[in-house]
Amino acid sequence: MSIFPSPSVTRLLQVLALALVAAAPCVHAETSEQILDQYRTQAGTAPDPSRGQQFFTSKHDHEWSCSSCHGDKPVQTGKHVVTGKSIGPLAPAFNQERFTNTAKVEKWFRRNCNDVVGRECTPAEKADVISWLLTLK
Amino acid sequence: MSNRSNAAIHAASACLAFASAALSSVALAEEERNIHSVPLLPLYQQECSACHIAYQPGMLPAGSWQRIVNNLKQHYGVNASLDEDTVKELEQWLTAQADRAPAMPVPPEGHAARSWLAFKLFEVETGHPPEDRITRSSWFWGIHQRMPSAMWRQLENQKAIKSISNCDTCHTTADKGNFSKHNVRAPAALKP
Repeated sequence: MSIFPSPSVTRLLQVLALALVAAAPCVHAETSEQILDQYRTQAGTAPDPSRGQQFFTSKHDHEWSCSSCHGDKPVQTGKHVVTGKSIGPLAPAFNQERFTNTAKVEKWFRRNCNDVVGRECTPAEKADVISWLLTLK
Repeated sequence: MSNRSNAAIHAASACLAFASAALSSVALAEEERNIHSVPLLPLYQQECSACHIAYQPGMLPAGSWQRIVNNLKQHYGVNASLDEDTVKELEQWLTAQADRAPAMPVPPEGHAARSWLAFKLFEVETGHPPEDRITRSSWFWGIHQRMPSAMWRQLENQKAIKSISNCDTCHTTADKGNFSKHNVRAPAALKP
């Protein structure tokens, strides 16, 4: 008997390995640093935490700033400016669920940037904000 | 046993029967006058309760839900947009469970009567409450008619809309779909 597995077993192992590789992005939760990296790459420039803070706490010719709901320093529970519902801290050091799912991050940037800036945010703006949030410890 | 005590027993049991019938009809009336609650679709809970309590789908007619989920880019002044597939799934579930608010055919008394009439007329004409708002439905004002007048003044004040739409300010079990009056606790700020 050969020490190598039979062709059918080899084929099965190949399929299993492929399935694992394919499933990896779905089951593997991202980290906030990885998400920051994605935006950094898209922007093509280095993120600037102080610019991120400025962007987050200022109004952009619209009614609200990011701070209106999240607070000036989002290390504590915020409060929805319209409904009053409490919003968990945004800084990853104070809320480990934050910035761990690209689709969720994109959904909220899309919604909230439209309310705060009147358009979608650029990858550079997103990277700036996340880089600032990561400095909050 | 004497005829007299027999009569007393008959009277007592009739009384009991009447009382229990009355009690069950009170219970029934309370049941009928409450929101028909359903377990919430997890997707609905996940997507809609981030910014506000997940309202029971029975609180609005199907047409209102359709307009709401198809106009999430302008959702009562906030961008709450979702992807197309999510919107479709939510719309299907919400419209299937819609329109189960308690019937409030009789005008309420006191402070609630004016709002009830205005919203009722609107509903009769259009089939939905103004701006598709739960808080501008006639049933909402009918069901809250026994609230003290000072609270009504708060509710009628447009600036207080934040607190009206937050069912859980007073209904402590609203997030579980339980709006029983036994679980109502008015916060100090609203007390007359």
